[in-house]
Amino acid sequence: MAQHFPFSAIVGQQEMKLALLITAVDASVGGVMVFGDRGTGKSTAVRGLAALLPKMRAVVGCRYGCDPADEAGACEECRAQLAQDKPRKTHLLPVPVVDLPLGATEDRVVGALDLERVLTQGVKAFEPGLLARAHRGFLYVDEVNLLEDHLVDLLIDVAASGENVVEREGLSVRHPARFVLIGSGNPEEGELRPQLLDRFGLSVEVSTPKDLESRVSVIRRRDEFERDRANFIAHWSKEDQKIQRQIAAARKRLAAVEVPDAFVERAASLCMSLGTDGLRGELTLIRAARATAALHGQMRVTDAHLRQIAVPALRHRLRRSPLDDSGSGVRVARALTELLGA
Amino acid sequence: MIADAEAPSRRADALLAAALFAIDPLNTRGVVLHALPGIEREAWLGALRKFLAPGAPLRRIPLHISDSRLLGGLDLAATLNAGRPIAERGVLAQADGGVVLLSMAERVSKPVAARIATVLDTREVLIERDGLALNSAARIGLVALDESIEADEQVEQLLQDRLAFHVDLTGLRLQDFDDRDFSPAQLEAARIRLPAVRSHAQIETALCATASALGIESIRAVLLCHAVARAAAALDERDEISQADAALAARLVLAPRATALPSFTENEAAPSPGENQAQDEQQDQPSDEPTANDAPDAASAPESSSSSVAESGDVENSSADSDQSLVDVVLAAAVAAIPSGLLAQLKLPATERSRASSNGRAGALRKSFQRGRSAGIIAAEPRDGVRLNVIETLRAAAPWQRLRRLESEASRTSGTSAARLQIRRADLRINRYKQRSQTTTIFALDASGSAALNRLAETKGAVELLLNDCYVRRDRVAVIAFRGRTAELLLPPTRSLARAKRSLAGMPGGGGTPLAAGIEAAADLAETVIRVGDSPTIVLLTDGRANIAFDGSNDRKRAESDSLNAARRIALAGFRVLFIDTSPRAQPVAERLAQAMRAVYLSLPYADAGALSGAVKAANISAASVVGR
Repeated sequence: MAQHFPFSAIVGQQEMKLALLITAVDASVGGVMVFGDRGTGKSTAVRGLAALLPKMRAVVGCRYGCDPADEAGACEECRAQLAQDKPRKTHLLPVPVVDLPLGATEDRVVGALDLERVLTQGVKAFEPGLLARAHRGFLYVDEVNLLEDHLVDLLIDVAASGENVVEREGLSVRHPARFVLIGSGNPEEGELRPQLLDRFGLSVEVSTPKDLESRVSVIRRRDEFERDRANFIAHWSKEDQKIQRQIAAARKRLAAVEVPDAFVERAASLCMSLGTDGLRGELTLIRAARATAALHGQMRVTDAHLRQIAVPALRHRLRRSPLDDSGSGVRVARALTELLGA
Repeated sequence: MIADAEAPSRRADALLAAALFAIDPLNTRGVVLHALPGIEREAWLGALRKFLAPGAPLRRIPLHISDSRLLGGLDLAATLNAGRPIAERGVLAQADGGVVLLSMAERVSKPVAARIATVLDTREVLIERDGLALNSAARIGLVALDESIEADEQVEQLLQDRLAFHVDLTGLRLQDFDDRDFSPAQLEAARIRLPAVRSHAQIETALCATASALGIESIRAVLLCHAVARAAAALDERDEISQADAALAARLVLAPRATALPSFTENEAAPSPGENQAQDEQQDQPSDEPTANDAPDAASAPESSSSSVAESGDVENSSADSDQSLVDVVLAAAVAAIPSGLLAQLKLPATERSRASSNGRAGALRKSFQRGRSAGIIAAEPRDGVRLNVIETLRAAAPWQRLRRLESEASRTSGTSAARLQIRRADLRINRYKQRSQTTTIFALDASGSAALNRLAETKGAVELLLNDCYVRRDRVAVIAFRGRTAELLLPPTRSLARAKRSLAGMPGGGGTPLAAGIEAAADLAETVIRVGDSPTIVLLTDGRANIAFDGSNDRKRAESDSLNAARRIALAGFRVLFIDTSPRAQPVAERLAQAMRAVYLSLPYADAGALSGAVKAANISAASVVGR
């Protein structure tokens, strides 16, 4: 198991870190798309996220890691058990953060016939793929724009429906696959299809820190990490745990956070002034702002939260005017200033 | 080839890079070795081999490696033998703890480069393929063998960015590698010392400041530079990174990546007259026609002075296209940026080729056989990266099992562990995929004075709207502009709209109308596009008033006949062309040209950009039917 750079040791990149924490608090916000230049720590942050997530309770023996509290979303096996009213054991599992490697084949992504068992035992059995493994967790795709098109389509489809339907090789299986899709990519290496972009709740742009001080601390920390990984991770684990507690507390608080009507109106008028399609923009704004408030330990969503999340929640939803010189983030910020004042 | 005055120090640096890389392949990540195949390169690789830790694996990745060999996958022979899936480790995992050589790195496709880059980052190979999920360690360093000659061939940025050393052997001779050497024992000692080498904040600050001053955005470059400085300290038998180590690392790692000049220059190295002359000769050569001989010469040109920067004044322009001035930039920048104590040691070699203008070239051109929509299954052997369809293969083999078992029992007396499944060559099935052919839209823009007078701005606006459509269709776009004496490829085919936008915004106008050159350039590009399997559409925006002949002479008659000839060439090739006449009134000349190239002709009386876009959209449909493609 590779040791990953601790999340809390990442210098700067507040927007990306906030976006990842928001999805950790409220998965319904949707995925995160991280755009950025080379060497800005995109992958580092996502891989570091795994260590932060509070463990989840799962049904023992369920190969999809079903949530015992969520009966409606249970897999077929768990449903059969529920119907018989059998008492079920539960245990705590780490939240999966699954890496979708480049060059993955479709059979491993959706799951396929378990070849070993076919060949040695003559049994037709389903071997779950990456989508099953990512259920209730995160699926990370580095360099999304290099992913093969048919895999991208498949991810979009499953991420939208929360269910993976496998009809291949004489198998007919369906299982829940609700995961937060996290993609990263470099816009210089090709654009993403708008359909795919739209599936991401938040879109953040990262860039290399410009000021000398933070650049130096990036170098320092990276150097310490490379020289003694175990020691460095141990050193930062306290900070990581602090964030972990923050996530856990925010999750508890989330349902109680109040969203005033005035805020909903403001979110709607922001979306209208930007001309975003559909309601997804408003919903994301509200959910993300609520999660942000919960993370800050506040019980009420305010304009300050809107300011924090408006750009990542909306910048990828603007009607694409590829030749507008100002980036879409700037346009969102402009509309925000018009709405709320500077 | 020019006598290379800098050869001794360049040779020393090349060897030093090999030694430093061998001390810490893992953290310095690797070397881009720019050299044509030959004894010089072999000598360098031989030196590297000697420097590497004894027993460290050294593997070579051929150009068209398949995923299953690169990353690992199903071992077909073993699987068939054993009757259960057997995994096979790929080259990257096999090289764990050692070094991988990447052949013809400039031609490696982006997907392959991205896979290697991921492994360099994570130090493990993660595969999810052929029904296997494997995770194996791959702590490797990479030597990318860059055999590029022309500037448009480049090792993928995502690899270049990750490899610490950019070594150029061009112009060095074999005997250069004979003397000054490091003993394997010395390197072994350095490797042992390495983990104990300390760094301190001043060094890190100096490296960051230098990188910023040189316009190096990526922080990865500084990390690599830092790792190199540490290796340098270890090589010099010290426990702390010194200024000299930092200067050395900045010279080896940062100098080749420099993209900008700091705000002031300093007259550090005075040029000798001979050097000046060489420089003048270089500048006299036409810069837009690099020949095979030109490039190495330019690359090995001697170190020049920072004074030429002051002369040329416009640093922005010169740094983008001339190796010579990049060197100036790097020299002046490093001199200025590194704290004064380091000044004396810092002398930058004049050997680095410009990497500044290479920010992302067109996407990978080669097609893999492995993507697209499934188009059925055929009986064939899996090779060249074509995937075996295991299920179909088993299905094909299944009916024959009883027969084959009887057969093999008859032929074999002892009956030793007959495989459960008997699969023959004829059973092998592979997937076939249909790949949608992409459209590449080539915009050929008349940016001449006459067009500019009419409405270059509106033309640009129209192109921008068309680009929008291309974006929706996921087309690739390319932009050619012709003005003055020649046509220029502003943007090679790309899917990046951001770049298309930038190339348009920066397009100057004015000068003559070399229409023939513009049409020829578009036709040439269209042929290239077809060669890589895409279908081209040319959108030609001009007022049709040619006044520069193909050879660049100022002769209206010849200019017109040349452009008619070029137009006929297009008609012969059968490219799909939209001819948009941008002059205020419809031109008979333009219409004749459009007919000659069998283009769809659109005259644009004062229409706004929106109407233009609508017209082109309509024409696009009719164009498809006219050409019958």
